Amino acid sequence: MELTREEEKSLNGEHGESLQIAYRILSAVGEATDAERLVPIHWAHVSGVNYNTIGDAGEEFLANLSKNAKFKVRTTVNPMGYDKDSVEKFGLDENFIQKQESIRKSYAKMGMTPSLSCIPYEIYDLPREDTHVSFAESNAAIYANSIGHLKTNKESAFSALASAIIGKSPYSDLRKDDSPSMSISMKVQDPNELTFGLLGYFAGKVADKSVAISGVKNLDKRCNKSLCASMGTSGSCGKFVLDDNSNASEKVDFDEKEMQNVFDELNTADSGDLVTLGSPQLGLEEMTDLAAMLKGRSFKKRCLIFCPRAIQEQARSLGYAGQLESAGCELLSDCCTCLTPLVTKKDVDSVTTNSIKGAYYFKNSNGLDVNLKPLSEIVSDETS
Amino acid sequence: MTQKIIVQGKVTGKVLKSNQPINFLGTIDKKTGEIIDKKHDLYGKTIKDSILIFPNGIGSSVGAYTIYSIKSNNVSPLAMACQKVDLTVASGCALANIPLFILEPDEYDKIKDGDEISLG
Repeated sequence: MELTREEEKSLNGEHGESLQIAYRILSAVGEATDAERLVPIHWAHVSGVNYNTIGDAGEEFLANLSKNAKFKVRTTVNPMGYDKDSVEKFGLDENFIQKQESIRKSYAKMGMTPSLSCIPYEIYDLPREDTHVSFAESNAAIYANSIGHLKTNKESAFSALASAIIGKSPYSDLRKDDSPSMSISMKVQDPNELTFGLLGYFAGKVADKSVAISGVKNLDKRCNKSLCASMGTSGSCGKFVLDDNSNASEKVDFDEKEMQNVFDELNTADSGDLVTLGSPQLGLEEMTDLAAMLKGRSFKKRCLIFCPRAIQEQARSLGYAGQLESAGCELLSDCCTCLTPLVTKKDVDSVTTNSIKGAYYFKNSNGLDVNLKPLSEIVSDETS
Repeated sequence: MTQKIIVQGKVTGKVLKSNQPINFLGTIDKKTGEIIDKKHDLYGKTIKDSILIFPNGIGSSVGAYTIYSIKSNNVSPLAMACQKVDLTVASGCALANIPLFILEPDEYDKIKDGDEISLG
């Protein structure tokens, strides 16, 4: 990758250690992805906020980095481990809370926009089409490219962090060429958001950087988010287009059999001890919709709903938050299902969810069994 | 045998080779360096002090922190080598200073699990 003279100086440490670290990261990424140069970005979204995922090494790294580093562009951040309003209900130890607070402070010191959300695209207006951004949270990167028509690679926690500090990203991969190399034909009838989650997980496994999907017309927000999140979990694909006439060279079918294979990989229980909704966090539209579905009904077991704080405040002023709470839901902000320290083997063996991404991490990181079903079935089975 | 050096370094060691991509978050225990995903072909093995060879990284962007953590916890491989290097592995190894290589396709195929090799 060609660097300008000023960029070269930064890489050599002439402008301080934090810029040197950032340039070292982007140089490696540029080399790995055959970038020719760096391009300016207008928004960074970083992951690596939850102490449960980055641990002591991550916490110490950020504390050191934040001594000198400042974000150069608007930088939103992923969820952390808990909601401070309800943390005492979950029995987290003092060490966790202390370390999590240190991480939050480090990001604040560097100048974050305190979104603490994996769906920045539902909180903030998106810039105009083709704007370069740098999104690390995989569902947000895929959403930005596929639905927002922005340009980002499926960034890593460090590449987005480095881009936030430098204000640039390597010009490579999807920023340069986002034409799909594979087309997946959707053959499953009457799909719901879980079907699209299973499709996304399959697509992430078989597709390269960009994929076309045929046989699908319009997707509602819930299905779009489910597709983006599961695709980001299983592979390195960072974009999809709905296109019945793609000229992609490789064609693959997603039929009932393929769907069952993915389902059997992730679904390990017939029922759950607890219900979680959100991964990605729910937006206002989904909360409104859920409040209507739950009218006159109430959950028979604990149901945790994860949503951004800004959305929870809106939902509260519109009355939906109260309706959801009356139906037995607990609303949690600043955190999410994915890699949550709040749901552990100490309290439950299994979880019911409609999130493929949530299922993957519940299984692999939390060591829990998962009962997967679409929201409509969750409402009919788990409420009365 | 290397097509490209992403993070510089010279190493000699024993190959730990996987045929499956790795999602560092959720597949590797960052404290012990052990592969904890039961569905992974390296399940139960440790990556510590190996030359870890795998097709490519996948999944979570936070996997970069896992790579940084295994280095800080002294359980990291001596080096990594891949067919394709994704952003998570590149940036994680860059920050952690773990040598990282892209191998020539036929070299990649030739190297077997347990081989003693030198890279860099």
